[in-house]
Amino acid sequence: MLENQQKLIHTFGALADLGQEVAHKQNFQEMIRTSLHLVLGSLAIMRGGVARYSRFGHELNMLVMRGLGDNFPLSLSLCYEDERQFLANGLAPIEVKHAQVLPFVQIYDRSFESKKIELVIPLIIRDELVGVIFLGEKATGEPFTGYDKDIICAMARHIGVGIAQRNLMAELERRAEENRHLYEDLRTTYKDTVKAFAAAIDCKDKYTEGHSERVGKYTEIIAGELGWDNDHVEGAAIAGYLHDVGKLVVDRNIINSPTRITASENAQLSKHPTVGYEILLPIHHPYADVPLAAKYHHERLDGRGYPDGLHDREIPFIAKIVNLADSFDAMTTDRPYKRRRKSEEVIEDMHRNSGKQFAPELVTAFCRAMLKELTNERKEKRFRKILGKDYLEADKIVPLLKNVLNARNATSPLTFVAAE
Amino acid sequence: MSPEIHIPVRIEGETATIFAGDYINKLSGERIERECQRQINAGCKTLIVNFSETELVNSIGVSILLGVIDVAANAGAKIVFSDINENTIELFDTLGLTNHVEVLPN
Ligand SMILES: [Fe+2]
Repeated sequence: MLENQQKLIHTFGALADLGQEVAHKQNFQEMIRTSLHLVLGSLAIMRGGVARYSRFGHELNMLVMRGLGDNFPLSLSLCYEDERQFLANGLAPIEVKHAQVLPFVQIYDRSFESKKIELVIPLIIRDELVGVIFLGEKATGEPFTGYDKDIICAMARHIGVGIAQRNLMAELERRAEENRHLYEDLRTTYKDTVKAFAAAIDCKDKYTEGHSERVGKYTEIIAGELGWDNDHVEGAAIAGYLHDVGKLVVDRNIINSPTRITASENAQLSKHPTVGYEILLPIHHPYADVPLAAKYHHERLDGRGYPDGLHDREIPFIAKIVNLADSFDAMTTDRPYKRRRKSEEVIEDMHRNSGKQFAPELVTAFCRAMLKELTNERKEKRFRKILGKDYLEADKIVPLLKNVLNARNATSPLTFVAAE
Repeated sequence: MSPEIHIPVRIEGETATIFAGDYINKLSGERIERECQRQINAGCKTLIVNFSETELVNSIGVSILLGVIDVAANAGAKIVFSDINENTIELFDTLGLTNHVEVLPN
């Protein structure tokens, strides 16, 4: 039945190599190139090519060709009838001379004839056409035997699986990419919503216009200075944007009172962290700490804050950041009953209250970020954009900031809780 | 990328001898075809593929040799296989390669 033993070894060697090739090659183009060599070399077929089928374009695109010259079409259109007949034929060699019924054979007959294409093998994998192999004549000049065709079939199946795998990977990559875009869209929508919310909060309070947005930005600066990754920095910023959301339900007159408010008014205002928490809790935030930041942003390390009078370690870290950002904005903007304080005073206030109201490591981070901007270590002028270009005077502020940073580095414990 | 390989070639007049070595059995052996094309372009009329350093020829090697035959045929150049061991000659015979080339006896 078989020509001789050596040919058998040669052919099976090629088949084994092809299996290895498809299973292990990372580079698709190289895998296809090697596969074509193996098919041609196993039976000494003078020329051939492998094409991948594009379902969208209804065309076969040549992936690799050998000996087909420059005039062989790189892309061959298929019609519905071609595809139907290929699927009916299955993965088996079709002799071109007997395949004149195929519309595409009629169209490309000249190219096939000039390159002596004898066999066309549709690569059908799981009832789907993934490609086609074209094969020319054998070096012996003899026709393909049944044995040859069996070998070709086995090899074609490997190549077909390789292409199908590649298609699957491409599809997965495409979907992952689509998902990434969707996710990005969602994030953008979420951020826009957050900003719209922040604007709504700030609207209620004509004196503190832009407060939420600024607190969001300061929170972002602190988180960034702490070395958090981008996602967490963004989460922190959102916590800052939304920290006062509870104020939406506080009477506008209380918020806008030009004088100090009464005790009962104060009681109402003091509810805004808890109300904010309740508003934010049912929302599915990409960042877990957003509701906690709203609830505890008026807590102090020394336990004299509200609503729960928590001490240092009981206060969520994000709430400590928002507290510092919130207080810094309160001190650096005009309020109904007082004008904004000088920057030197603000730095000194933060320093003095470090370990009492504020977490020292956060005061340090905030001051370090400011120092970097004033000494041009950081080019982006984030503080200046928010506070105006004249507010922070480098010659006055830089020594103060260095003082704060040195004091912290020298002796202080990480967090100090002042005795009552 | 496959590493650069140096293909040993000896040129005598219009005859170029190319040593198939072992790399003919790998994808990088495609360089042999390009080298043959280069020699033909440079005016070479006879290409000798020398198999003295080639233990066996696998399917990739056969495919590359078919490429060499194609290159020579297109240019009307003569192609000769030399120094082939017995097993390989037998294989080339069965596969029909010897129909297309002249084989020099060892
Ligand atoms: Fe607040």
